Amino acid sequence: MGKQVDFEKIEKSAKTRETAAKAVTYTLLTVWAVVVLFPFYWMLLTSVKSYSAYNSEYIPKFFTLSPTFQNYVDAFTAVPLADYFVNTLIFTVITTAIMLFVTILAAFAFARLEFRGKDLAFTIFLSLMMIPSELVVITNFVTITNLDMRNTFMGLILPSVTSVFYIYLLKENFAQIPDELYYAAKVDGTSDFKYLWKVMIPICRPTIITITILKVIECWNSYVWPRLITDDQAYFLVSNGIQEIRENGFGRENIPAMMAAVVVISLPLIILFLVFRKKIMEGVARGGTKG
Amino acid sequence: MDNKNMKGWLYLLPAVLFLGVFMVYPLIDVFIYSFEEGYNSASQTYFGVGLYNYSYVLHDPYFLQAVKNTFILVIFTVPISTGIALLISVGLNSIKPLRELYQTIYFLPYVTNTLAVGLVFMILFKKTPYTEGLVNLILNWFGMTSVDFIDGPYWAKMFVLCFYTVWVVLPFKILVLTSALASVKQDYYNAAKVDGTSKFRMFTKITLPMISPMLFYLIITGFIGAFKAYSDAVAIFGTDLNAAEMNTIVGYVYDMLYGNSGGYPSYASAAAIILFAIVLTITCINLLVSKKHVHY
Repeated sequence: MGKQVDFEKIEKSAKTRETAAKAVTYTLLTVWAVVVLFPFYWMLLTSVKSYSAYNSEYIPKFFTLSPTFQNYVDAFTAVPLADYFVNTLIFTVITTAIMLFVTILAAFAFARLEFRGKDLAFTIFLSLMMIPSELVVITNFVTITNLDMRNTFMGLILPSVTSVFYIYLLKENFAQIPDELYYAAKVDGTSDFKYLWKVMIPICRPTIITITILKVIECWNSYVWPRLITDDQAYFLVSNGIQEIRENGFGRENIPAMMAAVVVISLPLIILFLVFRKKIMEGVARGGTKG
Repeated sequence: MDNKNMKGWLYLLPAVLFLGVFMVYPLIDVFIYSFEEGYNSASQTYFGVGLYNYSYVLHDPYFLQAVKNTFILVIFTVPISTGIALLISVGLNSIKPLRELYQTIYFLPYVTNTLAVGLVFMILFKKTPYTEGLVNLILNWFGMTSVDFIDGPYWAKMFVLCFYTVWVVLPFKILVLTSALASVKQDYYNAAKVDGTSKFRMFTKITLPMISPMLFYLIITGFIGAFKAYSDAVAIFGTDLNAAEMNTIVGYVYDMLYGNSGGYPSYASAAAIILFAIVLTITCINLLVSKKHVHY
């Protein structure tokens, strides 16, 4: 009987230890969640504080009782935020569309067609994946300048199109489709292009959606190339716009209006993320890199 | 047969064109630029061929400052971010309720615009005549004196840059490590439990070896990414990084190319190639080390 009690005791102490471990884990996770979320909270909060209220707070307040949307009005009227938005939208849509076209055709050629020099070409493609963009940006800058394409959408888009990694990703996916389907289609007299369009693309839709979303994120956040190639505000993307706003817009002190602009710029991608959460996280785990 | 060959290349043509013009050609060209001395971008002429550009860059105090900053950034952010990511992933893996919520929150920085959120960080850390700034307020609570993190002492600025970099790179690392941890077979842990193995021993003898390939992948990509840091610094300190003493090697390359101090593609090329050489060396060292420690 005495032994029985001992077991109960051991079980009990094990349980308390487990609960304590859980508590520590949850606390740590919550602390980091707060660190991640706090900047977002702060930008939302600041964006609804009025200019005078913000500047009179020597010690910043953690909440506001009189939210205002004036800052959002200012963000769209005092600086051409709407133009930056439209530019980014045009840039993102066209770049992603051309990228998809180029990538799908190339992946199809590598996965399905037989032609001389294919293996060599694929090896060269793979080795190009290791080239850092910093190395090629210099010549691209000179090329685009010499072609007189500075401050044009062509100049912005053309060097941003290629993504060797996406070709590789899609080729791997295409290659998983059984050969029998292809031969069956051939017997029926289906052309290669029709086969690609009617069979391969629908089957590989998840991968195509993934690379589309990754490219959209990349385009929306791109900063370096647009900064090099545009100095005319009419062609600024949102990243350059925010930098411009910081250095020259609103007057340096109008931080609430700046934060309103930051909220407006961040929102589209956050919404996109919340809608396609699973797809984006899967896609990034498979192939995204940042940092 | 010939028709078949043609067709294959026809499908490949757009990709070859884009890559040829904007990747292969620039790659060759950047080496040529780096050896052309006294290149003039207006007339496209140069005096001679040699190593002068490299020696100029290596003697430029701005470049040395950029190298120093970049190395400090790498040395601090890579171990810290990998460590925190490992800690968080292990924590995430041990809980069930709320796990998805935490994962979603942790991933948010990945999808936000680096420049935009950098502005928020600047405001949190900045001290102006009107306000101490939030971070300083918190420091004051703990009885510490306030510091200007944005225009103040070097190490305060470096701290903000490191902190922001860790904040930005963590989502990717947490994501990769959580999926690596989830793929470790439960059987190993059960077997160890039967033997009465302690939790710590299970972690070092089962978990770490099982996820070591992913861990090293993260360390290698982390090194590469940190060496190429640039937009994070711009986001916090503005475009004139030399004045803020916070320039990075990539920033130096772009400054040489364009902007107020720009117009020197040769110097930019030399600096970019030096950076590439550094990254290549470190990556090779990493790969050698990983051969010894990674269990596939």
